Amino acid sequence: MAVTSQSAKVTLPTDTQIKIEREFDAPAHLVYRAYTEPELVRRWWTAKRGEMTVVDIDLRVGGGWRYVMESPDGFEVAFHGEYREIVPGERLVSTEVYEAMPDAAALDTVTFEERHGRTLLTILVEHTRKEHRDAHVESGMEEGLQDALDLLEQVAATL
Amino acid sequence: MARAATTTDTFNAIAEPRRRQILDLLADRERPVNDLVDLLGLPQPQVSKHLRVLREVGAVHVRELGRQRLYSLNGRALKPVHDWVQPFEAAWSERFEALDAVLDELKKEEGHGGD
Repeated sequence: MAVTSQSAKVTLPTDTQIKIEREFDAPAHLVYRAYTEPELVRRWWTAKRGEMTVVDIDLRVGGGWRYVMESPDGFEVAFHGEYREIVPGERLVSTEVYEAMPDAAALDTVTFEERHGRTLLTILVEHTRKEHRDAHVESGMEEGLQDALDLLEQVAATL
Repeated sequence: MARAATTTDTFNAIAEPRRRQILDLLADRERPVNDLVDLLGLPQPQVSKHLRVLREVGAVHVRELGRQRLYSLNGRALKPVHDWVQPFEAAWSERFEALDAVLDELKKEEGHGGD
């Protein structure tokens, strides 16, 4: 059944945070499964932008995760982190490191709130520095990267 | 790297949490300063200072009505910020559409599997 798809809502609650919210037409335990089972993550995490070549999930506190995505032109992006808190079907806290920027570790808090069979997914990304948060918003995706380059060009022009 | 002054750069102007709060309060309607003072629980001089910064980057408009100064949001000035976040938001939207498809299948499996 085609449900009218809604867009993700991205807000920047503080200088160092990014908040991503979206409601899904499915109960929380299914959204949680799709979020934590490697074979399911593989099917949505890259959307249509590439293939996931690695999806490692060691789902226990202190366990690690690592995702590697390869774009059609062979560009590889990799992320990894460690699980800090796990409440199945409700809450997942982990660190996140974009391997091209290893100093910019973030703490991700993912919550799954079910209401009337639907689930509000909220991802709160907390960086330690504004510069890292800004780079996160600008990186990762082609268009984002292009914007960052445009911005860099503008900044460079003012120096 | 030189950082643009708060008073000329929208990004810097709205980096201050209180100023973002003011924009949130003005998002639904125009408000006099006193309203903002009450809602924020801040002394008036401080609120006025934040409003001045927002006005200088064009994020808010002000108009006089009798003895009151009414402030309103100017969405156009915030467009660069929206444009900046937009590709990131679009990427997540695409990702979530793919997740919708996975969830549809899981729901069907559960329905037929009866676990």
